[in-house]
Amino acid sequence: MRIGIDVGGTNTDAVLLDGDRVLATVKSPTTPEVTGGVVAAISAVLTGSGVPPGAVTAVMIGTTHFVNALVEGARLAPTAAVRLGLPAAASLPPMVDWPARLRAALSPADGEPAVYQCHGGHEYDGRPISPLDPEELRRTAADIAARGVRSVAISSIFSPVSADDELRAAEILAAELGPEIHLSLSHDIGRVGLLPRENATIVNAALRDLAVQIVEAFTRSLTEAGITAPLFLSQNDGTLMDVEHARRHPVATFASGPTNSMRGAAYLSGLTDCAVVDIGGTTADVGMLVGGFPREASGEAELAGVRTNFRIPDVLSLGIGGGSLVDLITPTVGPRSVGYQLTEKALVFGGDTLTATDLAVAAGRAEIGDPSHIAHLERTKVEAALAHIAERIAETVDRMRTSPGPIPVVAVGGGSVLVGDTLPGFPDVRRPDHYAVANAIGAAIAQVGGEVDRVFQIPEGHRDTVLAEAKAEAIAHAEKAGARPNSVTIVDVEEVPLAYLPGGATRIRVKAVGDLDLTRLEESRA
Amino acid sequence: MREIKPEQLEDMARGAGILGTGGGGDPYVGKLLAQQAMREHGPVTIVDINEVPADATVVAISGMGAPTVSLEKLPAGTEEVTALRALEKTLNRRATHLMPIEVGGLNSMVPFIAAAQTGLPLVDGDAMGRAFPEAQMVLPALIGVTVAPMAVADDKGNTLVLQTVSNLWTERLARTACVEMGCSVSCADTVMRGDQLAESLVPATLTLAENLGRAVREARTAHTDPVEAAADMLNGVRLLTGKVVDVQRRTSGGFARGDARLEGIGTDTNRTLELSFQNEHLLARRDGEIIATTPDLICVLDTDTGEPVTTENMRYGLRVTVLGVPCDPRWLTPGGIELAGPRYFGYETDHVSLPT
Repeated sequence: MRIGIDVGGTNTDAVLLDGDRVLATVKSPTTPEVTGGVVAAISAVLTGSGVPPGAVTAVMIGTTHFVNALVEGARLAPTAAVRLGLPAAASLPPMVDWPARLRAALSPADGEPAVYQCHGGHEYDGRPISPLDPEELRRTAADIAARGVRSVAISSIFSPVSADDELRAAEILAAELGPEIHLSLSHDIGRVGLLPRENATIVNAALRDLAVQIVEAFTRSLTEAGITAPLFLSQNDGTLMDVEHARRHPVATFASGPTNSMRGAAYLSGLTDCAVVDIGGTTADVGMLVGGFPREASGEAELAGVRTNFRIPDVLSLGIGGGSLVDLITPTVGPRSVGYQLTEKALVFGGDTLTATDLAVAAGRAEIGDPSHIAHLERTKVEAALAHIAERIAETVDRMRTSPGPIPVVAVGGGSVLVGDTLPGFPDVRRPDHYAVANAIGAAIAQVGGEVDRVFQIPEGHRDTVLAEAKAEAIAHAEKAGARPNSVTIVDVEEVPLAYLPGGATRIRVKAVGDLDLTRLEESRA
Repeated sequence: MREIKPEQLEDMARGAGILGTGGGGDPYVGKLLAQQAMREHGPVTIVDINEVPADATVVAISGMGAPTVSLEKLPAGTEEVTALRALEKTLNRRATHLMPIEVGGLNSMVPFIAAAQTGLPLVDGDAMGRAFPEAQMVLPALIGVTVAPMAVADDKGNTLVLQTVSNLWTERLARTACVEMGCSVSCADTVMRGDQLAESLVPATLTLAENLGRAVREARTAHTDPVEAAADMLNGVRLLTGKVVDVQRRTSGGFARGDARLEGIGTDTNRTLELSFQNEHLLARRDGEIIATTPDLICVLDTDTGEPVTTENMRYGLRVTVLGVPCDPRWLTPGGIELAGPRYFGYETDHVSLPT
């Protein structure tokens, strides 16, 4: 049995799954102090189902803590960035394209960013740019220590092709700075593209202290709830990482929210290719599921003004949600919303604000609060406003679709009562059971993944061999991450020959996923 | 003559990306490099072609290599000036002005690095009016200006000066050296006298790039159509607004080639457009009929934001608008077509005029 939990800014949702069956669900307010809300959610699903804590085999948590910390520029540790590659890249030091506010937030007490450029790094084909200089790294370590910094990001040019220098530099820095030092290595974090990969690594390093605290708080929550089963965190691509990995890679949780909603929608509806509309209190987020996984956005992702290059789901957001303010005359809905104050402000809850939720109740689409408060609303105007919502959501889905053929639409999230059984141009709209907690379901059903993304040299006529190697490597990564060996399949292969570059250099990305090996987990616990 | 400050490069880089017709590399890192150099050494002066004295020595500064590599192995920052000094030593005279070889993509920004570091003025114009993949594809070649002597410098400090018998040899030797040097090098070449510029450069293209980038940004802020703003600025024709539904890639002859298929949306519903690209977009077929070819510009823009979409970033599901933009008329002369017409790139078709 698995428990899936989604810790959002407003609500903490939890579900208890037994194989394919949803045994219990709960939506409870997120608490400022992490543990309380999680314990309450776990207790609620266990009590609701009568399942003893000992029967739970795994707990999966999706969290927005880390991305919020970056957005707020708070709870970030002073961080050093060490780049290997001189003389190359000297022109643009680490953090050169960061917003000043965040650069300051990561600087040690002396106020100057702790950035260092050293020798090392590789060419695109793995040849060294310059030899690593251990003495230079020892001097760098001494400076880092003197400035009181305890978390270090190491990036080396073309480390996705050869990670040797990052690993050797990490050994040297660890030997100099002691076992307490946090080291984040760029080849673990991102893909080709030095600045965005280095940026993601620095963000990760800055979150390492917080990651230790949050993971510890989650672990304590499980203990308090009487659960001894292992804990996993959701990653951006919808796969899981264990606690040890999560402590070292907090940045991998950044886009897990929308991913979990979409994966949960796929599971609940039984569809693998469809549009997903996740309607919350303030926004409707529209994404596409392709083969059971969210379609990913192209290019780089800017987070709080920092350019990074991990893949995140392609999601279009629309300012319409359950708490959206409604003007019946025009009619307009959103983008302003009462947000988390829905249960105080909405008319059905005895408040004084007409919200989208009131429309859904007035039209008989939902039974929420007290319908007598909205009896005075003119029926034709309510219908017109709901038609307006349907049109705008349909328009957004249409922009996301990639073929003119009919596609089903799955509506999830607490605000999905706003849409009916059809949308203009989309005759098949489904709102599956447990739609309000799709994100927690997405966390609970997550699989384990492995990825390869780097530049390969493909000799003439050897494309198949190289591709097979890359696939085998991705599968091995998935198994190492805890996937049951015979369950691993390749879900994505992408080959992009490098432009303006003769000689068969090709960037290959392969992603493999498999089911979490719960038996192996139980054996290892026994 | 006017001064360019670091913040003006934002608009210029956006416009240069559009003029790159899907190639030329993402100007983002080039812009950061140029801005960093300008903060350190001061602003750059750009001059109109007619402000350059007849006896001036004008040198083109550019980068060569794979854009993917240049996004990973960032330059040392010394490459451009090292190449320039090596070339000057061969010429036995100093450059008085610098110029961009192409306005499309990364190479619109690279000369700003050298101009900031040396204090030399930069000519507002370029040798293509767009981006092309090979060194010999420049308008000055039509009046007999050679690319060589060409100096090449890498991040490690290696330099090389090429003296060749033809532009094709220059391209071939430089490309080979570039790969050995790590696939991202800087070049100083295509030496011209001031009085040759009017005949062989596309004028005021840096200003065009800046105006284009500004128009797109302002349209976005005003919530009007940024693609329309770009089309107006370029006298471009909207070929199709649609979604990318298929992308096929292959490597042949050392270059990344591919095709993308778009299905129309909105007023273009039920139409299709096929794009053929080799680093840049070179050919467009609408509903099976060829409607645009190199050397005209085929610009692919994100329909919502007006941001350029590079051939490397063409992906299933992107919502884009394709614009056809007329090239400089000198490209349509027999010599120009021979250098950069569709047949040079292996497409069995003559140049086709853009629809009106």
